[in-house]
Amino acid sequence: MQPLPDVRGSARPYWSAALRGELQLPFCDSCRRAIFYPRDFCPLCGARSVTWRRCSGRGTVYSFSVVHTHPNPAFKQRAPYVVGLVTLEEGARLMTEIVDCPRDAVRVGMAVTVDFRRLSEEVALPVFKPA
Amino acid sequence: MKRGATSIVGAAESAIGIVPDRSALELMGDAALAALDDAGLSTKDVDGLFAQTPYLWHPSISLGEHLGISPRFTGSTNMGGASFVGFVQHAASAIEAGLCEVALIAYGSNQRSDGGRLVTGSEHLSFEAPYGFLYPATAYALMAQRHMAQYGTTPEQLAEVAVAARRWAQLNPKAMERGPLSVADVLASRMISSPLHKLDCCLVTDGGGAVVMTSTARAKDLEKPAVRVLGAATAHEHRQIHQMPDLTVTPAALSGARAYEMAGLRASDMDMVQIYDSFTINVILSLEDLGFCKKGEGGAFVTGQRIAPGGALPVNTSGGGLSYCHPGMLGIFLLIEAVRQLRGDAGERQVKSAQTALVHGVGGVHSAHCTAILGVAA
Repeated sequence: MQPLPDVRGSARPYWSAALRGELQLPFCDSCRRAIFYPRDFCPLCGARSVTWRRCSGRGTVYSFSVVHTHPNPAFKQRAPYVVGLVTLEEGARLMTEIVDCPRDAVRVGMAVTVDFRRLSEEVALPVFKPA
Repeated sequence: MKRGATSIVGAAESAIGIVPDRSALELMGDAALAALDDAGLSTKDVDGLFAQTPYLWHPSISLGEHLGISPRFTGSTNMGGASFVGFVQHAASAIEAGLCEVALIAYGSNQRSDGGRLVTGSEHLSFEAPYGFLYPATAYALMAQRHMAQYGTTPEQLAEVAVAARRWAQLNPKAMERGPLSVADVLASRMISSPLHKLDCCLVTDGGGAVVMTSTARAKDLEKPAVRVLGAATAHEHRQIHQMPDLTVTPAALSGARAYEMAGLRASDMDMVQIYDSFTINVILSLEDLGFCKKGEGGAFVTGQRIAPGGALPVNTSGGGLSYCHPGMLGIFLLIEAVRQLRGDAGERQVKSAQTALVHGVGGVHSAHCTAILGVAA
């Protein structure tokens, strides 16, 4: 079975925005940096208040790996696929899947933009494709 | 913690490799008893107990019950595979503070006979698991890919690490994989999570291991030579790979610097290195972060079998997790090998006149880092 995220808690606005096709993150009210994974405080400077804002959805591939095998049948049948780490323009880095790109064309530093894959009524998963 | 105030006085494995008829707890207990025998001590001497294994909810408590030990100091901190090197720091601190006198540190797992899966509990990583990230191999693959892009490290250089490990294993009668292995064999093995092939990944075995520590003063009354703890330190920053600030720099740089400072020694003073090699990239990253070469030069450092028998720096002289054994967590076995080497008990693979060893444990996805510096000189 495809694992789903827990959409409760301080990350709820992240998953709600994703359902609307938007990438949103909390930004620290003090040091102004983007916070990922979402918390309602800032782990970077220690401040206790944040404001959610929409991100541009643009970023670059920081690293990637083509996954060829997985114990979960949901992933095994889709393998090989590309797991990536993407650094957003806003500075935060997240894990994702790189889609709509031949596996051998993915490069570190490649410009990508967000897209969403609907997994359930509650969950749309941010994925990234070539910009 | 004071340099050299405590020592490792016993070290042993249980049966390792494929041991289908022993539970994780039994393997842990077997290793513990063997390590106490090695030290010339009994369960009745033990008053400090440290254990970790993903198979038990309360590792040190279960081990105490199993062996009939009622400790006055206990710990099961889960630092992943780094736990046991971390416990050296915990035990040394407790012994020095007078909170216990004889500490037993143990591990056991029947991962191989249990089906080969890594038991990681029910923790759900909401921002990673939905992407089909193969835990933990993909994390190390992401580090390797970044290191390759940033520094030009090659798959051949990664493979050199696996080949060197095999050459050490060929000198270790207890090692599980001792057949011939070439760089070409590693590159021809099945791709798991690019750029890591199957033979860039550690073995999956059963096994237990244990070490015994006490004060260096008490160690003088024991028969075998004491291996002194000259430095021990810990560091962690991230738990999940997407949270690691720079995939080419690990917290080994922090734990290593702290351990060197305590020991008053440098990388160039180390006669050998035992590094957690769950994946080939670990050795390259750790050699850089622990100061054996500059950042980005780890690939060149291992090229030409420079860490193999007869090379410039003896690394993972047991054959490591890549060829000796890897029952889910390796840290305890790195300590056991360092003790054997420093006592001069390592047989064919003995590093000549070895006086110092650096032992470096890694837990999670380069998350927890624990470094110990051991020595037989004062």
